[in-house]
Amino acid sequence: MSGTTGPGSEPVIDPATEAQEAGSQQLVQRPGGAKPLDIIDVRKGMFGVEGSGDTSGFGGLERTIALPGPSERPYGGYFDEVADILAEVLGEAGVNYDDAVEKVVIFRDEMTLYVAREHLPIVSRSLRDDQDLRFELCLGVSGVHYPADSGRELHAVYPLFSVTHNRTIRLEVAVPDADPHIPSVVDIYPANNWHERETWDFFGIVFDGHPSLSRIEMPDDWPGHPQRKDYPLGGIPVEYKGATVPAPDERRAYN
Amino acid sequence: MAATFPQATRGAGPAGTEGVHEFTAAGGDWDEISAEAERLGDERIVINMGPQHPSTHGVLRIVLEIEGETVTEARAGIGFLHTGIEKNMEFRTWTQGVTFCTRMDYVAPLFQEAAYCLAVEKLLGITDDLPERATLIRVLMMELNRISSHIVAIGTGGNELGATTMMTIAFREREEILRIFEAITGLRMNHAYIRPGGVAQDLAPGTTQMIRDAIPKIRDGIGELEKLTLANPIFIGRQKGVGILPLAGAMALGTAGPMLRSAGVPFDLRRAQPYCGYENYDFDIITDTGADAYARVVVRFKEMRESLKIVQQVLDRLEAQDRKGKQPVMVADKKIAWPAQLSVGSDGQGNSLEHIRQIMGTSMEALIHHFKLVTEGFRVPAGQVYQQIEHPKGPLGVHLVSDGGTRPYRVHFRDPSFNNLQSLSILCEGGTIADVVISVASIDPVLGGVDR
Repeated sequence: MSGTTGPGSEPVIDPATEAQEAGSQQLVQRPGGAKPLDIIDVRKGMFGVEGSGDTSGFGGLERTIALPGPSERPYGGYFDEVADILAEVLGEAGVNYDDAVEKVVIFRDEMTLYVAREHLPIVSRSLRDDQDLRFELCLGVSGVHYPADSGRELHAVYPLFSVTHNRTIRLEVAVPDADPHIPSVVDIYPANNWHERETWDFFGIVFDGHPSLSRIEMPDDWPGHPQRKDYPLGGIPVEYKGATVPAPDERRAYN
Repeated sequence: MAATFPQATRGAGPAGTEGVHEFTAAGGDWDEISAEAERLGDERIVINMGPQHPSTHGVLRIVLEIEGETVTEARAGIGFLHTGIEKNMEFRTWTQGVTFCTRMDYVAPLFQEAAYCLAVEKLLGITDDLPERATLIRVLMMELNRISSHIVAIGTGGNELGATTMMTIAFREREEILRIFEAITGLRMNHAYIRPGGVAQDLAPGTTQMIRDAIPKIRDGIGELEKLTLANPIFIGRQKGVGILPLAGAMALGTAGPMLRSAGVPFDLRRAQPYCGYENYDFDIITDTGADAYARVVVRFKEMRESLKIVQQVLDRLEAQDRKGKQPVMVADKKIAWPAQLSVGSDGQGNSLEHIRQIMGTSMEALIHHFKLVTEGFRVPAGQVYQQIEHPKGPLGVHLVSDGGTRPYRVHFRDPSFNNLQSLSILCEGGTIADVVISVASIDPVLGGVDR
């Protein structure tokens, strides 16, 4: 989805510039980077005003929401070393590094490897077992829902930590909402058992191969996955000192 | 007579449990139940312990399969305290989020606040702009909180064994620390004191002296509890060799923190990945080799003393700063620093009237600026970060995603209790029912953090 441009006949607006103009980004465009930003959403309007009643002009606002895009080498620090060794170890296992790792993002001195879901087990096993990588700890999995990023709606983020080398990296796997399956890493990182259950519970990502993927926080018969963006927060208006405060998801938002 | 109860009833549960005998214990009727169970002679007995049980350390449900006194299978059921804090934080500004995350692990609230604020500051890219005093106060609060969390862990663990004196001593010493918190933040729990960019307000005059006066009392209290427990033959008999989680198991289950250190690994994020200037403090990382419940108690006792060492060092630095005059506790950037001047009014704690009068009455621009900052909040550049800190129970991780707006796009807390509670089965299986209580207490789960 990243790097979508306008139709051929119209002047092509660089999404990065557009996003920066919208004031929501403070990103430096990298020289030579083909797709500097990862567009996840285009939002229209603000404060809920729209239609003929809109005299404020806010309804006409259009903002591109983009996350930091892929980084180019050198990544800096130990990140290059990790990428090189991982490529070597994957090569020995017969997996092409470029097939397994879609892109690498360096942001705020943190490294995120975007991994193709079918290669997640081999990537995490390599990261855990190779003596120069040794990411012994997987600190769970955190789901993120990007409803407007079609084909990549659900993301699972795995922070890894190496006690031996004192390093941290992050794996991210993106899957479509229509087919929300990711291979489980419980056989590699047993600690992820409950974390994967939690992510299934809250986001509906199915971790194939998990020993017992059941809800963990919500009741067993709960409908829906509460931390998805399309799931309402709920709440009731509250009266305070004579004024009525609307429910949190009904309040004015500036996003 | 009332001898009709308890009675085994024909199970009316889901498929597969028809005809299984069920008992509902109401307390005090154990003899009758065991006599009835003996008469029926069922081979497989499943006991449901909790979620409302005085010895499960919170609203935790444990399903135990037993053979005689031995636990053959133990499964933890959680979620009874789930309040959707992470989802709620997506609907508040970045600053308001602190009010929510402080309520997760309510025994160690300042760690959630600090981790969340460090993550927000990392996303904003202002980590290096933080005034030194704010960082010093954060370290002071966290280390005091570490002591209060550890002492509650030991005290409630004792209470669950029936040793009420351990509990009363622990809560008495915790009270000393909560008194300090109240003097600094205005509240004993749920402080919302640490904010993105610094802390809500500076220490009141005389606070450092107040803490210095409290330290000997706290140290004596820890010593008293130590003397009461560590050499006590009953305590040793109940704790030693119980709830063993060796190094390999602890690493596989990611149960870092006191559990991993009790198995001999000197892994502490304050040393490994220093934050808040922890590299500048002199303290030891405590380890033990027992890998059992007793070793964890020993580690917690020693860690409290190390925390006191750090508190002394912070106080020295804070007092050195006091001599230099008034220091800021918030970043200089007025686009982020939420102006606060707290005082107690007729309707509770809030901004002081003089402060509001100054904002409202001196300049129109200041009023607009204040209104925008408080109602809309500040924008945070799009991207994601992960911030780890050493929580009393293990590494606490905060995963933050921003879409460039005034509210977090996604907040996830990797709570150490949630992760560590997975080791419950390994700790309990093969032991006796009575040891389940000790194993749970040695994990020290706080269910507010587990369920969030």
